[in-house]
Amino acid sequence: MAQMKNIFATRWGIISVGAFIGVFAALLQKWGNPANMGVCVACFDRDIAGALGLHRTDVVQYMRPEIIGFVLGSLIAAYLFKEFRPRAGSAPIVRFVLGAFAMIGALVFLGCPWRALLRLAGGDGNAILGIAGLIVGIWIGTLFFKGGYNLGRSEKTYASVGWLLPLIMIFFLILRLLFPPLADKPQSGVLFYSLKGPGSMHAPLAISLLIGLAVGFLAQRSRFCTMGALRDLILFRQPHLFLGMLSLLVFAFLTNLLAGQFHPGFEKQPIAHTMSMWNFGGMVLAGLAFALAGGCPGRQLFLAGEGDGDAAIFVLGMIVGAGFAHNFGTASSAAGVGPHGIAAVIIGLLVCLFIGFTMRRNIA
Amino acid sequence: MAQIVDARGLSCPQPVLMTMEEIKKTGKGQIEVLVDTDTSKENVSRAATSQGWQVQNVAEDGGCYRIVIKKDA
Repeated sequence: MAQMKNIFATRWGIISVGAFIGVFAALLQKWGNPANMGVCVACFDRDIAGALGLHRTDVVQYMRPEIIGFVLGSLIAAYLFKEFRPRAGSAPIVRFVLGAFAMIGALVFLGCPWRALLRLAGGDGNAILGIAGLIVGIWIGTLFFKGGYNLGRSEKTYASVGWLLPLIMIFFLILRLLFPPLADKPQSGVLFYSLKGPGSMHAPLAISLLIGLAVGFLAQRSRFCTMGALRDLILFRQPHLFLGMLSLLVFAFLTNLLAGQFHPGFEKQPIAHTMSMWNFGGMVLAGLAFALAGGCPGRQLFLAGEGDGDAAIFVLGMIVGAGFAHNFGTASSAAGVGPHGIAAVIIGLLVCLFIGFTMRRNIA
Repeated sequence: MAQIVDARGLSCPQPVLMTMEEIKKTGKGQIEVLVDTDTSKENVSRAATSQGWQVQNVAEDGGCYRIVIKKDA
């Protein structure tokens, strides 16, 4: 099997995987997930942080099975195709901080790059500002790459290092099975559940988990990455990954049209605000942090599934960052940016610039 | 004697950046690129091909890949 040519790494492969994610993200909304949020890695990591009680914003607490599926689906694909390569040691603390600020920026906009595309595919015009911010953030990242920025080499390590995040995800799944949501109860065992708001909206467990596993599997094979899509286009004029990203947008849009989920406009869009400047600014921060860390939040989950311990640290940084974002009032809501959202974006940008300017090393 | 680009342990987009740099520097001939993930292997091969270079050989060697790319004239 390992010798088989990787058909998902071809042009049609990446386009099909983008289409798969687009169609099933839109369908997940039909089946219960929040509007324009069929899959959002930032929002769902944030919901997991809420389910664990790392923040107590009662409308965004749910142990999202899609995230668990992404990591485990990638792990399965990596093992089947002999690509599980445990590795770690490339500036882990930097990856943690970048993960946290990526999350803080994404929660000012209210979405990861996937959700930015899904919001646009559902007619939310505010997403255009978010995507513009994402492009600018990644473009700044490419300037650092041209200037010699890099996080240093990782090293081969024990298989158990690569297994830790998948094991954490298995543990989360066990918690979800042991403590299922109870009617009208905000808590079940150790897990918190939302009774209203986006955290209370979810597709059935089995559907979410199966789609998560399938996406994780396919994304591991195809190397699907929305940050890489824009970065490679800007840095190398290489459209390969971008075609996958475009495909996600087009197929989510078509599915939304067919399912009656397309509602164009700027006002009163689901789980979105209209403060253009900060829709843009939040995603500049997120885009820059993704670029410096080498992958969008989805890609970091898939990398963690194939044994990358540094990507796993980024994921944990995102979950902890979500805790900070809600506890410190930096996350936005439908009403607009949080009381400290703007300060957080500025601090985050300064931290990213510090990392970008100081981490240059000749590796040749 | 082929130029060697050692991109082992480096994450995206470093292996491609280093390969492109070497391609620009040498113009033609043979370059050997060392990477240690399948993603980097695919990315480096794709980038080399897009620059008009040929992927002559990819060999697995103790958990890493040795990619030989070539351009004649």
